[in-house]
Amino acid sequence: MIFNEEFETMPREALEAIQLRRLQATAARVYNTVPFYRRRFEEAGVSPDSIRTLADLQRLPFTTKADLRDNYPFGMFAVPMDSVTRIHASSGTTGKPTVVGYTARDVQTWAELMARSLMAAGARKDDIVHNAYGYGLFTGGLGVHYGAERLGASVIPISGGNTRRQVMIMKDFGPTILTCTPSYALHLAEVAHEMGVSFQELKFKAGIFGAEPWSETMRREIERTLNLKAMDIYGLSEVMGPGVAVECIEAQNGLHLFEDHFIAEIIHPKTGAPQPYGTPGELVFTSITKEAFPVIRYRTRDLSVLHPEPCRCGRTLARMGRIQGRSDDMLIIRGVNVFPSQIESVIMESGRFEPHYQLVVDRIGTLDQLTVRVEVNEAMFSDAIKNLQSIERELERTIRETLGVTTRVKLVEPKGIQRSEGKAVRVIDNRKL
Amino acid sequence: MNAEQISIFLENTPGRLVEVTRIFEAGGINIRALSLADTSDFGILRLIVNDNETAKRLLQEKGFTVRLTEVVAVEVADRPGGLHAILVALAAAGVNVEYMYAFVRQSGRNAVMIFRFDDTRKAESILRERGMRVIDGNDLAAM
Repeated sequence: MIFNEEFETMPREALEAIQLRRLQATAARVYNTVPFYRRRFEEAGVSPDSIRTLADLQRLPFTTKADLRDNYPFGMFAVPMDSVTRIHASSGTTGKPTVVGYTARDVQTWAELMARSLMAAGARKDDIVHNAYGYGLFTGGLGVHYGAERLGASVIPISGGNTRRQVMIMKDFGPTILTCTPSYALHLAEVAHEMGVSFQELKFKAGIFGAEPWSETMRREIERTLNLKAMDIYGLSEVMGPGVAVECIEAQNGLHLFEDHFIAEIIHPKTGAPQPYGTPGELVFTSITKEAFPVIRYRTRDLSVLHPEPCRCGRTLARMGRIQGRSDDMLIIRGVNVFPSQIESVIMESGRFEPHYQLVVDRIGTLDQLTVRVEVNEAMFSDAIKNLQSIERELERTIRETLGVTTRVKLVEPKGIQRSEGKAVRVIDNRKL
Repeated sequence: MNAEQISIFLENTPGRLVEVTRIFEAGGINIRALSLADTSDFGILRLIVNDNETAKRLLQEKGFTVRLTEVVAVEVADRPGGLHAILVALAAAGVNVEYMYAFVRQSGRNAVMIFRFDDTRKAESILRERGMRVIDGNDLAAM
């Protein structure tokens, strides 16, 4: 089912006409209200009037996370504070967090897009949403919450953590939709199993998982162990929060971008050159309806690909591919580029290991060494050292053959890898570069 | 019943071994013999205890990866040449020793060797043919 037929199934020509009109209005507004954008536009020799077609978007300068940090906390807001009704911030990986604001209308827009997302993933008015995204400055919890209410579903605002209690509530309240990070979904399954609770007895039919990159194999693992359909959702606070794009339950093949509110581009991560449909690169977003915190060509560092073909679910919105990693978490190990998600795929494909892993990068002398930590389990354990070592060597060989990178696989005790209550810490980089 | 050893996967980090002995202390598990095989990353602790099933359960409850392994316990004369006689017989028959460790009983003149062979059945029959005492699992636990 489709929440907003008019916009989600609009012919692309009509959609593009709306995008152009909204882009022109946004460009004019940021130029007049945000000194940062006015300065950038002037440096680039463009004015809002110079946008006559959608292609003219490419003449506007990029915005980066560093720009947002430089204008901390409220320097990028395009409305006076008395119009701002909500403030969120993204977890600062380096230094200060990135702060974003919303007007009352922005919050409504967000709620609608999240309601669209939930419905695309199979949720209806009569569903109960177990929302285990964190509530707080992080946009995940409240974003899903408002969307579920807008849809008319019942929300359990459980937030993250206290996993045993979550399992008890899942058992007693019978929620039908699960929303959390994919790594937390697997953690929930593990704790439920320890408590003797089987997901087969629970009532979940679908889950919406996002806020960290995951893989197709991880999807299969989640669908199998949690006994539900797993959909990928995309969003980032700088653009809005969850609900920028989502997979439909019908196809589970690419995330539908809500293009009546955002224009997505793919650029070459090094040169910044726009890439055609179907070519992978870095995702760049321009918000075209946001009031409090519009962004112009914001570089997400997320790597993906865009496909404009309509989907069999009926939506005409372009689809983005599953995030392939971040252009800045890419590891370079002895000259080989590796994304943690690729190593995850190899680990999961082997079928022997638990879906928990950690990559540790060390510099020994001048050589980088990538250690892959995976957990031992009863099935592979034996009393002989050589058997366990051959399991390690075999995974090393598979990773080398698949990705061309030499790693050192290290077995650790069960639960030896820290479970996340939110975003999993997949990479520990000990290099002092 | 054959002798059984309990094998435990241990990460090479401080405090893991003491966690095992703490569990045993609390659970009233008595250790007869042990050996620790290790690599730079992990170790396998191999133990003969008085109650395998309880020990296994207690360890698993605490999240350890545990396996019961069939081993061969042989009584060896506690004098020069005692072990040599056994190994000569096995080598002649082409049986390979994966690992072994020993303990000496307080009473009695014999030591007990714990063996892991590549071919347990063959090793046992050779040992019995030579008149050596292969100790039953129940007797081993009760020692």
